[in-house]
Amino acid sequence: MKTENWDIVVKPKTSLLKLNLKEVWHYKDLIMLLVKRDITAQYKQTILGPLWIFLQPLFTTMAFTITFSYIAKIDTNAIPPVLFYLIGLTFWNYFSECLTKTASTFTSNASIFGKVYFPRLVIPLSIIISNILKLSIQFIVLLIIWAYYLIQTNTIHPNYYLALTLPILILLLAFFGLSIGLIVSSLTTKYRDFTFLLTFVVQLLMYGSCVIFPASITGKYQTLVMLNPVSAVIEAVRFIFTGQGIYSIPFLLYATITTSILLMIALIIFNKTEKSFMDTV
Amino acid sequence: MPQTVIEINNLSKQYRLGEISAKTFTDDFKRWAYKLRGKEDPFLKVGDDNDRTKIGTSQYVWALKDISFSVQQGDVLGIIGKNGAGKSTLLKILSRTTLPTIGEYKIKGRVASLLEVGTGFHPDLSGRENIFLNGAILGMTKSEIKKNFDEIVTFSGVEKYIDTPVKRYSSGMYVRLAFAVAAHLESEILIVDEVLAVGDAEFQKKCLGKMKDVSGQGRTILFVSHNMTAIRALCNKTVYLQNGKFVEIGETTQLIDRYLASDRIDNKDGMIPANASTYSTDVAKFLTFKILNKKNQEIDTLYYQQKFIVEFTLKINQPIAKAIVDFSIGTLDTRYTYTSTYDQAKGFMPLEIGTYHLRLELDAKMVPGSYTFYLGIHDFANTGLTLDFIEKIGIVNVLQFKELTNEKFPLEMAFGNVRIDGDWTIQKI
Repeated sequence: MKTENWDIVVKPKTSLLKLNLKEVWHYKDLIMLLVKRDITAQYKQTILGPLWIFLQPLFTTMAFTITFSYIAKIDTNAIPPVLFYLIGLTFWNYFSECLTKTASTFTSNASIFGKVYFPRLVIPLSIIISNILKLSIQFIVLLIIWAYYLIQTNTIHPNYYLALTLPILILLLAFFGLSIGLIVSSLTTKYRDFTFLLTFVVQLLMYGSCVIFPASITGKYQTLVMLNPVSAVIEAVRFIFTGQGIYSIPFLLYATITTSILLMIALIIFNKTEKSFMDTV
Repeated sequence: MPQTVIEINNLSKQYRLGEISAKTFTDDFKRWAYKLRGKEDPFLKVGDDNDRTKIGTSQYVWALKDISFSVQQGDVLGIIGKNGAGKSTLLKILSRTTLPTIGEYKIKGRVASLLEVGTGFHPDLSGRENIFLNGAILGMTKSEIKKNFDEIVTFSGVEKYIDTPVKRYSSGMYVRLAFAVAAHLESEILIVDEVLAVGDAEFQKKCLGKMKDVSGQGRTILFVSHNMTAIRALCNKTVYLQNGKFVEIGETTQLIDRYLASDRIDNKDGMIPANASTYSTDVAKFLTFKILNKKNQEIDTLYYQQKFIVEFTLKINQPIAKAIVDFSIGTLDTRYTYTSTYDQAKGFMPLEIGTYHLRLELDAKMVPGSYTFYLGIHDFANTGLTLDFIEKIGIVNVLQFKELTNEKFPLEMAFGNVRIDGDWTIQKI
């Protein structure tokens, strides 16, 4: 019976590049159900429910405005401080959520992964998508506050053409977060050291991502700051909304290339880890 | 001839013992260095057999070693073996939650594995939401779940609570709901671990029967269980594993008998082997054990309702204030059938240092079949602390006939393991 065609052939070692994206597509229903779970389960047994999605960035913006603008007197480039921090925080939160949540893919889902097979990439993808949904809700808040300042003041000059690139900028953040998250999650399966590393690296990275200050006041460190893809994106978004900030094609192009390379490395590592991480997790 | 749907070749799985630490890191590094130089992984050559009772010489252990067999379409294959035989490792590899170290396998058709009920159930979500989530995790598409939704709910019998979060469910409802989802999987091959142990044999049969029905005949099921009754009732073929090695694949009844016979302590000439105790202390030790007939001859076969004698000796190394000695009869698939303790009639007994001879006379009221025995001594001055406990020692077969008669025991009436005599009356009214 030489002509038999087997559906599944499992060997100890598989090709590093065989990503099986077709199989991931087959599990699209699972991805959507996981997204639904993430959103609904998180706000069960709360009175305000999804309202928390609005409230979180608003409160943080208030705190940041008071601390960094009124007390520390950091220059926000003629952008009203509330708007300045809200833009920064909304997009930074999206990035950091994508990163930290995907980084625990293996460790926090070990109990499911140990019992059932499905393409493991399903979990990080569902995290990215459910965070996009959260981001779009927060985006509405951002639009309302932005509209208020647009009408009330004449310091902001949005660029409506570049606004068309917003989806690309968001994807850039998503994939950058995903890539680092996947790499960290793969490394943490065996050695948990990276979990500790990640927590404070994310905290520190916020200070280097133009969330608190504009890139324009960093002087000779500006290039260094802008080499961080998150800074490049946040600055670009600020420019789109207010006309203040740096919309730099070279830096964004560089961010795209870096992210693509990182994503490829991440997928290869993840792919290698997902096969047998149950033995070491 | 039915089609081969699973083919397993030389499947082996190596595990590392101990914790993951800096030592693991150096081993990883060594492996990587060998690989760079194009050599074989050095750790594949080492590794002990999987025998928990012996301390091995290597840090690596083979949980599975050179397993090869194939499964035909429509088979319900039981997988049996003691704890640590590699049953669960085999299922894990076949359900792709981990990779084999060596060897390969091929599968035709969709595989659904059920190594646990309710995998991925989220406590805060309602029953309805969890049906969809769990179904999708097990590999169903949304439309498949929708199609079967009403049936799943009916099968689970929790209609009333379907919109309540599952954390409010009783554990029984939780399992029923989880199982209802699993029973409606539509894959060609189903891998089931001990999960069914939550229900009785009848429930298990109902569930597996349901699984076979759902997508018609021709489904293949792999089923691991310690419950030989369930294996016997469900599986047409069985694989027997021992210490990670393949022993045999074949007809279920035969292999179950072989497995059960190996699971028992052999007491040649009435001597109890030194390592026979499941639990032991230095205080007391059972030395010999014999089953005798009225003529004091050692026997391993009993006529139905024959009188027989159990004799054993017990060595006491430290005085025990309130000793209880117990003797139990059990079926080979570990169901206690009868227990008798020495204190029943005579109260707690103080035992001095020395060797004691104990004797118990019994009627073989067990229904025909094979039985094994359990011996224990406990100290009730010390909150019932077990001092020595021996499981599954010896074996007797109870025949279908009474001694010296042709009176045959009606086997078709043999529910349970013991016949309790009762006086029937019947009156026409």
